[in-house]
Amino acid sequence: MAVIRDVIPQLELFQPGTADDALALLSEHGSDAWVFAGGLDTLDWFKDRVKRPKVVVDLGGIDSLREIRTTADGIEIGAMARLIDVVNNADIKAQFPALAFAAKSAASPQIRNVGTIGGNIGQDTRCWYYRDGWTCYRAGGNICYASPPTAMNREHCILGASRCVAVNPSDTAPVLVALEAEMVIRRGSSERVIPADEFFVGPEIDIERMTALEPGDLLMSIRIPSKWAGARVYFEKVRDRDSWDFPIVNVATAIKETGGSIEDVRVVVNGVAPTPVRLTAVESAIIGESLNEQTAEQAGNVSIQGVAPLTHNGFKVNLMKNLVKRSIRDEPMNA
Amino acid sequence: MSQEIIELTEETAQQGVSRRGFIKGAIAASAAVSSSNYLFRANGGALLAQSAAAGAVERLITVNVNGRSRRVQVPPMETLSTTLRYTMGLTGTKIGCDRAECGACTVLVDGVSHYACSTLTHTVRGREVTTIEGLEGEDGTLHPMQQAVLEEQGFQCAFCMSGFIMNTVALLNENQSPTRKDAAEWLSGNLCRCADYDKILTSVERAAAITRGA
Repeated sequence: MAVIRDVIPQLELFQPGTADDALALLSEHGSDAWVFAGGLDTLDWFKDRVKRPKVVVDLGGIDSLREIRTTADGIEIGAMARLIDVVNNADIKAQFPALAFAAKSAASPQIRNVGTIGGNIGQDTRCWYYRDGWTCYRAGGNICYASPPTAMNREHCILGASRCVAVNPSDTAPVLVALEAEMVIRRGSSERVIPADEFFVGPEIDIERMTALEPGDLLMSIRIPSKWAGARVYFEKVRDRDSWDFPIVNVATAIKETGGSIEDVRVVVNGVAPTPVRLTAVESAIIGESLNEQTAEQAGNVSIQGVAPLTHNGFKVNLMKNLVKRSIRDEPMNA
Repeated sequence: MSQEIIELTEETAQQGVSRRGFIKGAIAASAAVSSSNYLFRANGGALLAQSAAAGAVERLITVNVNGRSRRVQVPPMETLSTTLRYTMGLTGTKIGCDRAECGACTVLVDGVSHYACSTLTHTVRGREVTTIEGLEGEDGTLHPMQQAVLEEQGFQCAFCMSGFIMNTVALLNENQSPTRKDAAEWLSGNLCRCADYDKILTSVERAAAITRGA
């Protein structure tokens, strides 16, 4: 825990009323600007004075970014939709109940009342060395404090590390990757749409960012195609406290079955690597197989191939194996 | 109390200042000193003394708290809990962790529970903020949850109490017959370090019963 330093340093706050105004501000101020959504990740950084942007652009007044609407091909969720809106939305509950379930498992009720889906997938890692302001790789330095044998790394990577061993802590992200969601990003007047699995960026691509968003970019919405609507999508999260906590490991598995065999499948885990990880080896091992205990067992075994645990997080290997197994064997909870 | 002090206070009372008024004055004076220490402690003073960037200065805004519109000078980086406590004097809202974890600062914004420590005051302009001070009716009738806490002795130290009560008010607005499990889930974003959870949930049940008129 960082030293309590309550007074946030000076900043210039803009509260635009339209997305165009917000984009103009972000273009004008470039890397000096900070995008402020719900503020739950943001204010910790500011209070600890680890991040000190000159300009903050609050998106709270832009109503159009909060819309959740049904489109010709699925559902489009505005980036500023609150987690509670995602939990309670009738269309999401009907078509993608696993997403509503994952959103409900994130954070605490007060945070879900304010925190947004864009913020949940765009949030920074919780690695305490990094968040405490240590000058690690992710903070522009040339060392990782979490990977040495003596480090406290119980919550860190077992997969995909590249110098940095911090993990992505989002609960909704693995579900969105499993559902083949797309991210709509605007920059000035140009728009680009990228698949969810390319939205999350690992340290081998850029060690100082968690997502494809660069200064000037604004995540506008998340499009979920109807491809997986009504499919069997399993989400489970394991955490230290059941009341609220970040995931130790979570899993999202989408399965389409015909006649008891797996016709199509996507298996995604999070909390184990710097990005949500799609386990393609598991997918290709079980596609076409019958949906049964044996297939589930095999999926679990394949899922842990190539893991590289640190000193204190070896337990995550078995945890991931069992979660992947359950995600195929058991009925989705989604309550 | 020493004889000297008693004589002194009696003498003051004779001069037209009541003993109670004298003590209140003394408390107010020390509170003024301690709150300025709070705001300017560590390098906070240096930060506030920096020459202001354009737009980073205090702005006069209107915040509706407990049904009253109040004009307050608020810098853009100030959190709602700070404004409530140190500008408006509404110290019923507590600051525990100041990190959106403990829930002691819970207030209602448009009827929805928010962590005031993690809400910028500028983002609640034009919205209705309700704090623990705004629950009591004009005739002094307590809110059902306040009454229930008294009857069930819901808390020990009660530092977390305002937050629990405010979040329960939000719960009872949505659901007047919550089960203990519903209440526990709803209140999971509030922590009690005395671990009085059992008594708190009993208070919630009692509050729900009072609300229903049972």
